[in-house]
Amino acid sequence: MSTSERNRERDSERTFGDYGGQYVPEALMPALQELEDAYERYVIENEDGFMDEFRDRMRDFGGRPTPLQRADRLSERYDREIYLKREDLVHGGAHKLNNALGQVLLAKYMGKERIIAETGAGQHGTATAMAAAHLDMPCEIYMGRTDINRQRPNVYRMRMNGAEVNPVTAGSGTLKEAINETMRDWATTVERTHYVIGSVVGPHPFPKLVRDFQSVIGREARAQIQDRAGRLPDSVVACAGGGSNTMGAFHEFVPDCANPRFADDSSSAERSSADSQAAQPRDDGDEPREHVDLVAVEAGGSSLEIDEAAGLAPNSATLSTGTDGVLHGAMTKLLQQGDGQIVESHSVSAGLDYAGVGPELAHLVETGRVTPVTVDDEAALNGFHRLSNLEGIIPALESSHALGYLEESHDELGDVVVVNVSGRGDKDLETVLEETEKRDLEAAPDVEVFDG
Amino acid sequence: MSGEDRRPKGEEPRNGERGAKRPASVEPAYDSDVEAAIRENYPALIAYVTAGDPSLADTKAYVEALDRGGADLIELGLPFSEPIAEGPTIQAAINRALEAGTTPQGFFELVDDLETEAPLLVMTYYNMILQYGPEADVRPFVERAAEAGLSGIIVPDLPAEEADPLRDACDEHGLDLVFIVAPTTEGDRLDRIMSQVSGFAYVQARLGTTGARANVSTATHDSLARLSAYDVPKAVGFGVSEGDHAAEIIEAGADGVIVGSALVDIIAEHGADGDAAAALEAKAAELKRGARRGATGEDAPEPEQP
Repeated sequence: MSTSERNRERDSERTFGDYGGQYVPEALMPALQELEDAYERYVIENEDGFMDEFRDRMRDFGGRPTPLQRADRLSERYDREIYLKREDLVHGGAHKLNNALGQVLLAKYMGKERIIAETGAGQHGTATAMAAAHLDMPCEIYMGRTDINRQRPNVYRMRMNGAEVNPVTAGSGTLKEAINETMRDWATTVERTHYVIGSVVGPHPFPKLVRDFQSVIGREARAQIQDRAGRLPDSVVACAGGGSNTMGAFHEFVPDCANPRFADDSSSAERSSADSQAAQPRDDGDEPREHVDLVAVEAGGSSLEIDEAAGLAPNSATLSTGTDGVLHGAMTKLLQQGDGQIVESHSVSAGLDYAGVGPELAHLVETGRVTPVTVDDEAALNGFHRLSNLEGIIPALESSHALGYLEESHDELGDVVVVNVSGRGDKDLETVLEETEKRDLEAAPDVEVFDG
Repeated sequence: MSGEDRRPKGEEPRNGERGAKRPASVEPAYDSDVEAAIRENYPALIAYVTAGDPSLADTKAYVEALDRGGADLIELGLPFSEPIAEGPTIQAAINRALEAGTTPQGFFELVDDLETEAPLLVMTYYNMILQYGPEADVRPFVERAAEAGLSGIIVPDLPAEEADPLRDACDEHGLDLVFIVAPTTEGDRLDRIMSQVSGFAYVQARLGTTGARANVSTATHDSLARLSAYDVPKAVGFGVSEGDHAAEIIEAGADGVIVGSALVDIIAEHGADGDAAAALEAKAAELKRGARRGATGEDAPEPEQP
């Protein structure tokens, strides 16, 4: 069976192992079937040249390909080769445009008249508003009240691009509540509206659709690192909230493993551990595969414990600490109480602040292909300042978690490391200033010298 | 692409798999209290309240009042923190119930205590069912529901495609699993759902979320027309708030009406002042009279003033 045949077979399934599925109100099921059909025809089969148009627009409007930059001072600091995949250079300042432009274009091919989306940090909302303006589609964005307050520049950017921004006041006013409200809108207007879901979450086929649009990150990075370093990296490190930059960075590397336990595909990884003793390079007619560690860095917030009484998790470490359940249309890992109520998550980064995670990522963790780790708020803030200071790149607070992990655990990451810089940090400056003032951060500049 | 194409050739569909049909000759191995309640009390009134709004003790009084007022089935909401199918009214009720500390354990203890003429159903989201036991598994919830005397389950975020495990557990314990038919449900999907449904088909009157509305949607008439060929009781919900709506819906061919937000509004208005039960009883009586008017074309006699 060829790789493409295998991919086709895998993509016709609604689940990734035990995760995924379609847990939505009945009214939405026909729309999911319609989307599945459009996904098969346009994204997989390139009908009407859809993917060609998408790639052209990502090049001319979106600024792809993004560079894979060798970070000289980080490489020196950690005494290994550190490469940064510069998704912060995508138009709009984050990888989010890869998916937003793909889905808005798909909605157009499907004959939909209206775009809705939810947003947490505002990066997905901004990307969707930009894509909708670019493709001349009316657009409404749902955003939690708390996130509106902490991400004001993005609210203005969405409105400047012609989108309506609808505040959501329920619960803690963050991404989870924004998704609930967008689903309600969709259930009312489903016949003419497409919901541009912002991460590899939600009911099938969204996790696959979003992953496919985002997998350009890893596809470029894989070719670029082979060109630059003459080999695959030992590790790819990406932050994980919902998981779209994570799956985007990892997807092309999932088959890269000397361990036959993972050699075929992600869904056949349940074999006995005895198989894994006899590690052999896989011969797929291409080149022998090298092992690449895939490390998903989650927001450890201020603690990894859940406060059951308050219904709060002071973290967003779903892959590391979550349990199986159903939220927003998919079976996945969740931050929840024992009786099934979803808890409010926390991260200093609005973009990671979510109680769920993509079902494919949950599956890859469950089958041992992706390693979840956590970095707390403080380490992420240090990561933010360090990259700004050493490399002249101001990263998003989301990406800063990956950089925080690099500082803490570079010895475990091998000789050649790719870190996905999923977005730029301009949007986070207010939060960073506020949070930095509360702490004594070793990597932060002394901002007070500018006050007088 | 249709789901039927995906099965490897020569492999029989499992019960409930996409494209699978529950053979018409195989009836559930139990008598459905839910179906009987609708057929015997035609035209039936199905009343919804959120358990624990504003407290479980109040819910007990409200359920008993609805039962006295003429509700033929009572749907009790077990609150879930992310109620994506609900409009603002029921969402607020769920928040009040959660703030009052309503848990699945408390919910089942309430059901243990209730003695009503009308059979009781639980309406909740799938994660609440999965998490009742120590593992993510539907069986402990269904076992406890059966033990408490519930007659059926409604799960707004569980389409027929994902319902096999719950369908099997419900069959085993003699509980009905009610499916929602939406205005967008047509063709093969409608066949698939109607082959799985038990108790009654919950006909969603309009697209969107729950919530009282001022009129009956034309989508209701279209949905009832599409369903007329299926010999399963049909009850219409989403937006029904007045006796006149009930009359129009029954006249259009429904076997029952489902009223939730209009009742929750009454509970919200009265708070815990003690009068909500009487108002709920009167509202149930108004809705039931309206339903009868729709069935007979005649005004039912006004009840005696209390």
